[in-house]
Amino acid sequence: MIWLAWKMLTGDRAKFLGIVFGVAFGSVLIAQQSSIFVGLMRRTSSQIIDITSADIWVMDKRQQNIDEIRPMPENRLYQVRGVDGVAWAVRLFKGNVRAKTSEGNFRQAIMVGIDDASLTGAPPLMTRGAVEDLRRPDGVIVDEDGYRVLFPNQPIELGRTLDMNDRRAIVVGTCKSTPPFQTFPIIYTRYSQAVHYIPRERNTLSFVLVKAQAGQSVAELCRRIAQQTNLLAMSWVDFLMFNIQYYLENTGIPINFGITVTLGFIVGGAIAGQTFYLFTLENLKHFGSLKAMGVDNWRLIGMVIFQALTVGLMGFGIGLGLAATFFEVTERSGQGDLRGMFIPWQIVAITATAVTFIVLAASLASLRKVLFLEPAAVFK
Amino acid sequence: MIGPAEQFAATLAPPVPRAQAAVHCRGVTKFFGADETKVTALAGVDVDIPYGELALLVGPSGCGKTTLISIVAGLLDATAGEVEVLGANLDTLRGSKLVRFRSANIGFVFQQYNLLPALTAEENVAVPLLVRGEPRAQAVRKGAEMLAEVGLGDRRKSRPSHLSGGQQQRVAIARALVGEPRLLVCDEPTAALDARSGQNVMQLIKRIAVKSDRAVIVVTHDSRVYAYGDRVISMSDGKIERVEQPLAATA
Ligand SMILES: Nc1ncnc2c1ncn2[C@@H]1O[C@H](COP(=O)(O)OP(=O)(O)O)[C@@H](O)[C@H]1O
Ligand SMILES: [Mg+2]
Repeated sequence: MIWLAWKMLTGDRAKFLGIVFGVAFGSVLIAQQSSIFVGLMRRTSSQIIDITSADIWVMDKRQQNIDEIRPMPENRLYQVRGVDGVAWAVRLFKGNVRAKTSEGNFRQAIMVGIDDASLTGAPPLMTRGAVEDLRRPDGVIVDEDGYRVLFPNQPIELGRTLDMNDRRAIVVGTCKSTPPFQTFPIIYTRYSQAVHYIPRERNTLSFVLVKAQAGQSVAELCRRIAQQTNLLAMSWVDFLMFNIQYYLENTGIPINFGITVTLGFIVGGAIAGQTFYLFTLENLKHFGSLKAMGVDNWRLIGMVIFQALTVGLMGFGIGLGLAATFFEVTERSGQGDLRGMFIPWQIVAITATAVTFIVLAASLASLRKVLFLEPAAVFK
Repeated sequence: MIGPAEQFAATLAPPVPRAQAAVHCRGVTKFFGADETKVTALAGVDVDIPYGELALLVGPSGCGKTTLISIVAGLLDATAGEVEVLGANLDTLRGSKLVRFRSANIGFVFQQYNLLPALTAEENVAVPLLVRGEPRAQAVRKGAEMLAEVGLGDRRKSRPSHLSGGQQQRVAIARALVGEPRLLVCDEPTAALDARSGQNVMQLIKRIAVKSDRAVIVVTHDSRVYAYGDRVISMSDGKIERVEQPLAATA
């Protein structure tokens, strides 16, 4: 009977391909749209994502996200260091700077100032130079994509200079970073230097990064830091979520993208479901004759489910392949808007679930017709 | 309504002895719908159809022919009445038992052939055997043999779309007979065919389907094929009007 189901499904090549591509197209829409959405959300938190060595982020209580910084006085660092269970605590500066390139262009950039001693918070992946080079006077590391923004149409090479707040900076390394939400270059430097690259401010401490002592519960330590310092302390994951939550609640991204993703689901689902539904309906007559010839409902269900799963699996595979190719091509083309976007496994799972659900729903909808088909209808 | 005498000369048929009746119906009634929309499709049908004969069920459109064979073939429940088929009381066969009974005993031929377009002729013929659970290779081999019997041995690899209507109906007849059913039910098998192919199909049924241990029922309103019947059962308004034997057949 499985053989029969397979034959019925594939007998008409054109129709079969039509169904599979219907499902594939649906999968592409779902996977691609939700990946872009997730990618954008990741971007809002890219600097959090890239700093994984600390367990806890400590910041001003009024801080709502990673971008609008409420600087803290320096002594906060020492207060945090004094909390029980803290293995180490270091400064982190994050802010926006205006960088003037050697050509005289001004560019907005994100500045990350990391602890002078430990270099905690350094870029995750160096492509040229080494993190240690930051110790050199005026040394900065620039992310590769940012480099192209700062020095357009020039080969990437170390030693180029930038000017920020009338102070010179030398590019001593390039790195790969998770692309930020505003596609600004990211400039890494030491904390002590960072404060000179920005206009003078009273307070400059953006975050305190904390490592918990071995065996110390991170959640418990967060509570203790908050209690003793009156600051906001969150685990890495919580801060990531906190930040994403902020963007979800306070920007148009969720609405706009929510609509796009929903449309992806609906349109993709409709196409995938519809093509399969029509296929079963077209075969209703044949299911009827099989019923008359003594195929019971269970076996018919088995046949339709087998067909649905076959189509679902093939369409899903092709769709996912296409979506992945899309991101691969945009990545290779160096097109900045979709840089660093990929399909996380969760979306693979969600797409698989959605496609299975859609195709099964479509086949159940059409099965209803098959199951309640009076066998006598074969004579109609 | 049966055709006028110049087309078809017949005498009333003698009653079928109880022991020879493959199908035995008494007071079979069928209503569709309820209340205002209630349709009486069968209004008390008494009929016996013997083994070893080709019985034609004739009558105007809407008189209940299809309803009657659907009930006899176990595809539809009668509202009331007694239906005994091949010695089994259909009332006592339910669900999967009835499905198995159909698959083991009844062959079907439809007006629109209902062949699976994706399968070759021999594979189509093999379907009832596959339904019964026979291994595919064996089923297809038997299918090919059966196709040879209906004169399509050379077309066994053809898809239905490459066969004429008459050929497709012959494939369908092979499919209906491959499982050696004891009851063959055909609903208007010639209605979609031209006169000549229709005659061929009737000749084929007469030649290979009729056997001493099998009953064959052919529904038709095509008066040109009445002469093929051993017994012509005329229906009108949900009732049996008369049962006749064509003179040619008895002569
Ligand atoms: N499923 C059904 N629902 C309602 N009425 C039906 C149904 N099937 C048949 N009928 C009615 O029952 C009567 C007999 O139909 P049918 O057995 O198909 O006649 P025939 O095959 O002789 O043309 C007709 O009036 C038809 O409209
Ligand atoms: Mg009819």
